[in-house]
Amino acid sequence: MILVWLIVLLLAAGPVAWLLDRRGSQWPRWIALGALAIDLVLALILWTEREAHVSISNQGMWLADLSAPWIPRFGITFHLALDGLSLLLVLLTIFLGVTAVVASWTEIRERAGFFYFNLLWVLAGVLGVFLAMDLFLFFVFWEMMLVPMYFLISVWGHEHRVYAAVKFFLFTQAGSLLMLIAILGLMFIHAQQTGVVTFDYQQLLGTTMDQTVALWLMLGFFAAFAVKLPAVPFHAWLPDAHTEAPTGGSVILAGLLLKTGAYGLIRFAVPLFPDAAQAFAPVAMALGVIGILYGAVLAFAQTDLKRLVAYSSVSHLGFVLLGIFSWNAIALEGAVMQMIAHGITTGALFILVGALQERLGTRDVRRMGGLWATVPRFGAVTLVFAIASLGLPGSGNFIGEFLVLLGSYRVNVFVTVLAALGLVAAVIYSLALIQRTFHGSANESWTAPDLSTRHLVTLGAMIAVQVWLGLYPQPVLDAAGQALQNLHGFGEVVAVVSKG
Amino acid sequence: MPTRCPVCGAEMVDLLWLVPALSLLGFLTLAMAGGWFSRKTIALIGVGSVGLSMVVAGLVGFAFIGSSDSPGQPHDQILWTWLQISGFGPTIGFYLDPLSLVMMLVITLVGFLIHLYSAEFMIDDEGYRRFFAYMNLFVVAMLTLVLGDNLLLLYLGWEGVGLCSYLLIGFWYRDPANGAAAQKAFIVTRLGDVALAIGLFLLFTHLGTFNIQDLMARAAEQWPVGSSLATIAAFLLLGGAVGKSAQLPLQTWLPDAMAGPTPVSALIHAATMVTAGMYLIARTHVLYSLAPTAQTAVAVIGAVTLLLAACSALVQRDIKRVLAYSTISQIGYMFLALGVGAWAAALFHFTTHAFFKALLFLAAGAVIQSLHEEHDIYRMGGLRRALPVTFWTFLIGAASLAGFPLVTAGFYSKDWILWEAWASPLGSPWLWGAGVTGAFLTALYSFRLVFNVFFGEAKTEVGSRPGLMMEGPLIVLAAGSLVVGFLEVPRALGDVSLFSEFVRSVLPSFETTASITTELALQIATMLAALLGIAAAYILFLRRPGLVTAVTGTVWGSALSRFWIEGWGLDRLYDTWFVRPFLWVAQTNKDDLIDRVYTGLAWLIRQFFAALHRTQTGQVRWYAAVLAAGSVVIVALVVLS
Repeated sequence: MILVWLIVLLLAAGPVAWLLDRRGSQWPRWIALGALAIDLVLALILWTEREAHVSISNQGMWLADLSAPWIPRFGITFHLALDGLSLLLVLLTIFLGVTAVVASWTEIRERAGFFYFNLLWVLAGVLGVFLAMDLFLFFVFWEMMLVPMYFLISVWGHEHRVYAAVKFFLFTQAGSLLMLIAILGLMFIHAQQTGVVTFDYQQLLGTTMDQTVALWLMLGFFAAFAVKLPAVPFHAWLPDAHTEAPTGGSVILAGLLLKTGAYGLIRFAVPLFPDAAQAFAPVAMALGVIGILYGAVLAFAQTDLKRLVAYSSVSHLGFVLLGIFSWNAIALEGAVMQMIAHGITTGALFILVGALQERLGTRDVRRMGGLWATVPRFGAVTLVFAIASLGLPGSGNFIGEFLVLLGSYRVNVFVTVLAALGLVAAVIYSLALIQRTFHGSANESWTAPDLSTRHLVTLGAMIAVQVWLGLYPQPVLDAAGQALQNLHGFGEVVAVVSKG
Repeated sequence: MPTRCPVCGAEMVDLLWLVPALSLLGFLTLAMAGGWFSRKTIALIGVGSVGLSMVVAGLVGFAFIGSSDSPGQPHDQILWTWLQISGFGPTIGFYLDPLSLVMMLVITLVGFLIHLYSAEFMIDDEGYRRFFAYMNLFVVAMLTLVLGDNLLLLYLGWEGVGLCSYLLIGFWYRDPANGAAAQKAFIVTRLGDVALAIGLFLLFTHLGTFNIQDLMARAAEQWPVGSSLATIAAFLLLGGAVGKSAQLPLQTWLPDAMAGPTPVSALIHAATMVTAGMYLIARTHVLYSLAPTAQTAVAVIGAVTLLLAACSALVQRDIKRVLAYSTISQIGYMFLALGVGAWAAALFHFTTHAFFKALLFLAAGAVIQSLHEEHDIYRMGGLRRALPVTFWTFLIGAASLAGFPLVTAGFYSKDWILWEAWASPLGSPWLWGAGVTGAFLTALYSFRLVFNVFFGEAKTEVGSRPGLMMEGPLIVLAAGSLVVGFLEVPRALGDVSLFSEFVRSVLPSFETTASITTELALQIATMLAALLGIAAAYILFLRRPGLVTAVTGTVWGSALSRFWIEGWGLDRLYDTWFVRPFLWVAQTNKDDLIDRVYTGLAWLIRQFFAALHRTQTGQVRWYAAVLAAGSVVIVALVVLS
């Protein structure tokens, strides 16, 4: 039942926040924060239960499972389930949700009620995506993320917000459409073979079909997930959307929406069509490497700070794609770790850039430089996350990238070597970020207040999580490993994981 | 009975973790709460934490050597399992054996002295707290590098020292040139690090562990000598080593790294971090024994680097750049030693070099500060009376660097390397010749500094004079630069082998067949090279400076000297071949060509839409005409086809 509460709480808190806006602008943000705090407690309860669950028995795929008939005629059920992988992403969602609310605290002054309504509903959609085990339900949640996000960008965004919002919508929607067709196709094939009409994930697993058909259906899923991830060349929506969105929106976009793409690949695209995915793996791995290098070079060239961070996401998620399609225990653990670490690092960088924009009124690095003297705490914290972003050991990003490469090495040496060059490229753009803003000579004389205590607490927590992920990632690896073990897939994944 | 800690009762050796942890505590305190502290408190924490690390390291060292039941037994202290996935289980664990013990002692001792010196040297700097925080963090990372019991933890330290190096080179961040130097250092060394990382992937994939001892045992078991996997792995690790240790072809970052404060140059870019490559190869020497090609490459890289860098050191005007090139050259000696299998000699040269090069940098810093940030040696001069302590200590350092016979530590370590370069089964007269030529050049440029800076006429007025906190470390380091050498004295000159005996269990030596007369003859050649170099320096730079200007005045002379000053043109080469193309690509694609495709598509659709839109005029005559024309076309198509 806790799974439903996680989502329903946010869905309910949304309208309340909206309605109470007229009582005063502080109400919506407190309601949003309160709802997320309760969610966080619930998720932590699930986390402790997971550890108990592990110690009692290692059987059963799900830590929590809930199924209720919804549209029985088409075999559609309201099926939510949670394993270690989902749990990690749920925790990440709620954690980043809290940081997004805190980051928006003073930034959003107009129509705050409607803003937090949208924020909460996006988060509810993301939670649903991570929990739904019925493909129809999954699709509903998938679409549910989209509309509030569209509003977040188009109403509270920056200069070119409408352009960015429409672009975001069109790209995602095109992918979603292909996925919908693939879902229906899979359902029909399954129905033809077994006579059972169902959208249930577990029942659809292992559906046998013609190789060509499987490849096309897999590509339908891949299209939706590759756009969200994003994989080059489907990334073009991302820099605009991330740059134009308000800070809270950028945090959720980079931290969470991108992860739904990666999650979809791990949970659906590969397990539902293992053979097709294996056949497609070289292409996907190549796309991953292209993303790593292409995104990094583009990030370096940007003069808009938010665009720089946005393109760095393309590069980081390239590692995720590479890891997923290497499909062995080490690479997959790396991909999951990279998803979480990237969510925190990039989320923090967007918070910092947003706060900087709030103070200076610009994101143009050509007008910055030498800001360390003005706002030293700002500089120090940004430095920490820039370093995490370049994958320095001791950060979660390092664990993620290293495991991905270690895992992909045994699949394809050449691709791994190319991807490893991304580590150099990451240094180049991450240091450029610091050099152009906080170091160097001041191009204009700014006076600005340093980071507020509110920000310091939030970012401090994010640093703590990063260091924890970097130095003692075992709990995360265990939680994910247990879930990955149960995944259908190709290659050695099951065998290799179960040894661990 | 194992030695026990008088305070906590734990076995002394088990306090190993405290060595890095104490410095880490210093860093954390300064980073998180330092804003409230006075300068005095900051110095106390910054210097004190490393001082405590040094004390504990010393105690651990005594316990390690002195424990009666198992003297010199390696000790692996596992703190926790870092990550564990299907047989992949590197730990956070520290490994103490003679090799890591020597490294740890040198790092904490020299590190402490440099911290102490910095407390005075940096006193007027606005970033006092930031400086000590970074320095403490560096010590932590460096200790992790040498103590890590597996390659992944070593890699953590490896990247960590790289980060601190970047932060400290760019410490005075307001000058963009410092930022550029800092970024260059990080990026160039990262190139090497990628090679190292790929090496780690290879080793783990084929041998299934990251633990260094297991790894070496399995490599020796599974890979025959000369096997291609061993060779590739050794070359990949070498890639990391040449980046970090500033050897050819990745040495270009080190001269620029002198942009950082001088204590940083002393600690990171002379005594410790830049020798990490030497440590890595010594630590994995079993692998190199399996890969003779790679090991030969190490020797050749060392020999060539030591010569090229010595030539460059000879012509620099900036005192710190002379020392930087000298560092590259001296690490070249260490690589030469590694390449001929003289592992212990490399470690010994690291130890003596840490003393005399840290000393030279710190003394140079004192000179620079006394002369109001003057770096140009031709604008110095006559300082031996104004700064006596600095002069005498610098002289000792330079003599040690030059390998002044019999009394300096540098002589014994360099002589050992040269002897092995000749006598080792992997050695050759060519390698020996390169080393001896290098020894001559080293003496020449060392005393070029001494004569230009401390002799002759005073050219710049002395402002402040170094205080006790700066002179104290100079004196201690000078003492070290003399006496450390007596730990290992060759057969012909007294036959002491304390050092090589101590590390023999980790770094084996080979039986020599060469006679003692050959050894003595070679030693005399080495001594002559050093003495001739000093004499030449005396003539060229003090008695007859006209000779030098006559040579550099000619077309060829000036061209050659410019070429050497620029470090053999490698910077320009890399600029043309790598930096500019990268910048060009980045700049050209700034707006993302792929995005252009989409916006182009959107534009086409809008045009199409506009065209269709225009047909909707609302005029019936127009519609009728189009209808008629369309019918005609269709009928024509039907009829004609």
